[in-house]
Amino acid sequence: MPDMNMIKSLNSALSISLKDDPNVVIFGEDVGYFGGVFRVTEGLQKEYGPHRVFDSPLAEGGIAAIAMGMGLNGLRPVAEIQFADYIFPAYDQIVNEIAKLRHRSGGEFSSPVTFRTPAGGGIKGGHHHSQSPEAQFTHTPGLKVVYCSTPYNAKGLLLASIECNDPVIFFEPKRCYRGPFYGDPHNVPTWNGHPDADVPEDHYIVPLEQARVVREGSGCTVIAYGTMVHVAEQAIKDSGIDCELIDLQTLVPWDRDTVVNSVKKTGRCVIVHEAPKTSGFGAEMSASVQERCFYHLEAPIQRVTGWDTPFPHTTEWDYLPSPQRIAEAIKKTQEE
Amino acid sequence: MTDRLTATTAPYTIGVPPFRPGEEADFGGAFKEQPGDLWRPDPATCTADDSAPHARGLLRVLNDAGEAKGEWDPKLDASELIQGLEYMMRLRIFDDRMIKMQRTGKLSFYMRSFGEEAVAIAQTMALENQDWVFPSYRQPGAQFVRGRDMVSMICHCIGNTEDNVRGRQMPVHYTYKEGRFISISSPVGTQFSQAVGVAMASAYQKKDEVCISWLGDGTSAQGDYHYALNFASTFKPPVILNVVNNQWAISTHANLATGGRTFAERGLAYDIPSFRVDGNDFLALYSITKWARDRASAGMGPTHIEVYTYRAGAHSSSDDPSAYRPNDEAACWPGGDPIQRLKDHLVLIGEWDEEKHEALAQKIDDEVMAAYKEACEFGDLASGPYPPASTIFTEVYETVPWHIQEQREELGK
Repeated sequence: MPDMNMIKSLNSALSISLKDDPNVVIFGEDVGYFGGVFRVTEGLQKEYGPHRVFDSPLAEGGIAAIAMGMGLNGLRPVAEIQFADYIFPAYDQIVNEIAKLRHRSGGEFSSPVTFRTPAGGGIKGGHHHSQSPEAQFTHTPGLKVVYCSTPYNAKGLLLASIECNDPVIFFEPKRCYRGPFYGDPHNVPTWNGHPDADVPEDHYIVPLEQARVVREGSGCTVIAYGTMVHVAEQAIKDSGIDCELIDLQTLVPWDRDTVVNSVKKTGRCVIVHEAPKTSGFGAEMSASVQERCFYHLEAPIQRVTGWDTPFPHTTEWDYLPSPQRIAEAIKKTQEE
Repeated sequence: MTDRLTATTAPYTIGVPPFRPGEEADFGGAFKEQPGDLWRPDPATCTADDSAPHARGLLRVLNDAGEAKGEWDPKLDASELIQGLEYMMRLRIFDDRMIKMQRTGKLSFYMRSFGEEAVAIAQTMALENQDWVFPSYRQPGAQFVRGRDMVSMICHCIGNTEDNVRGRQMPVHYTYKEGRFISISSPVGTQFSQAVGVAMASAYQKKDEVCISWLGDGTSAQGDYHYALNFASTFKPPVILNVVNNQWAISTHANLATGGRTFAERGLAYDIPSFRVDGNDFLALYSITKWARDRASAGMGPTHIEVYTYRAGAHSSSDDPSAYRPNDEAACWPGGDPIQRLKDHLVLIGEWDEEKHEALAQKIDDEVMAAYKEACEFGDLASGPYPPASTIFTEVYETVPWHIQEQREELGK
């Protein structure tokens, strides 16, 4: 199989969806003729036609609303929000409308929309092209929240999201579109040769609700998602401690058994994300691990996150969790 | 009448409603616009420019004497007119019964359609049954047109064990899938832009369906209104977008909602044919909606309509309009009362009389009471029984995920 970077694997997932299901339509800002600012939808309009893959007016609130309408009238829309930072004009439609439709209508209506949106930092995007707002959606009953990290899981998770009958917010770590990121901005590899770039051409699913054990270990459980999976991988190497690394992949509903069994085994836990600390998804993970694994814990749970500040431009490497910070947190869990 | 856009002007403009409590309401008598003023363009070719006079004028069919005049007369059979009258009377009697029950604690809240009964009823009657209805909260009358049983509606309003939305929504937030009537949502205006997506899906699937939606003059300030018009203008799906200008958004008069001209005229800038219609004129509402459906069905896309009416009652059971407008304002409204006007017309053409009217009102009242009693057999808000607590946890997702299942078990019900 040829290597695919994450852009190609996402494009492959979308192409398969369009081919397999005539009710799939794709739209958003610049996704049509141009193929998206990150090129994820490149070539799809040409192959599947302008009625199935099209540019929308520049209005995220309108994009979300028409997606909901299409979804409840038989289609399976995949809408792109160009940057996760721009999802907030659509917040009411997503949180009050799409997420609640099935419940508030007594199950009479539902709308299986997937919102794809590039998220996270590391691209010198400053405050409004770098945020990771997953917690603002994990706090909303009715949504599934997915965060991919590699070309392989990106494709399988996106196909699972599109085929899911619940609305899904699908975060794509834009830093990892063209290669994994190990926390060193001066050494940025591509996906070439990476085992997770070995992506089948055909349809496959990475089930929602399942975490991925990236690396087995016994000394500490490190939980991450998105770009931070790779940064944590580097941190584990640097720490010299035999850690188990879990890539959550789906945040709601998260994979209870994989996480709980791992922490019970290691007795230690570090949670990593790039979003701010306060009320971040790490707080949910920390509380849940404590509730379920308290008598197995040998040390306080550590959280390594972005700061409770707006995301900076030139100083982003001091904002994002670095391998050093994560390694220190891992070591801290080893102290008696 | 001419809107008096009176305002204080320094340091910036603050709109002022025509009248406040203690002032004498006077809209200047009858409408100056008359049936026959506006021609009926061909729906298959009409442009936004063609409709400019219609967006500035007022489309009417029934004149002040109760006669149907002009080329917009839909020439409905007497039986259809009587059916429309019956639906409107049913809605008013239903509303009156519900508001009485709200006062006794059987419902937590209620919203009447008083004075606006013609809007959803005439407009939905002009559509086909496969057409989608995306209402705001003063369009529950569409459900009568689509055949919904009153018992089912009351069960929702009193949140009992037979509430089809399982006690999850406030009263009046109806859902009726069988009638293609979407679940009403409290964040106002969201349905307007969704309706455009529904219509796009109909077009995509090559179905002969249109989608109709309504929002209020106040809500037309929301982004969703402008998203809807812009997406409708861009993609031209079969959608009918109505601004129900009933003068009041709770206590905020339309003069404080916009500094623009008629609400209808906004549609012209989006290149959507736009009409301003007398919202208390059953025949005019029916006619313009039929026109818009014909247009949509011909593949010509959206129509934008300002329904010019007056909210004769309070915003809701929690509102007291005497605090912000004269009590007799509704009685001065030049559009009169929609039920009275259709009744007068039917009497004028010899198809109706006072005796029949009284008999029908009594029959409906009996039916409403019987429906109410039947609904209460399944419980009411004051004394239960309610839907089981387990319904909190179901239908959040297609299947119950583990974390919600755990929480249900924690509740133990």
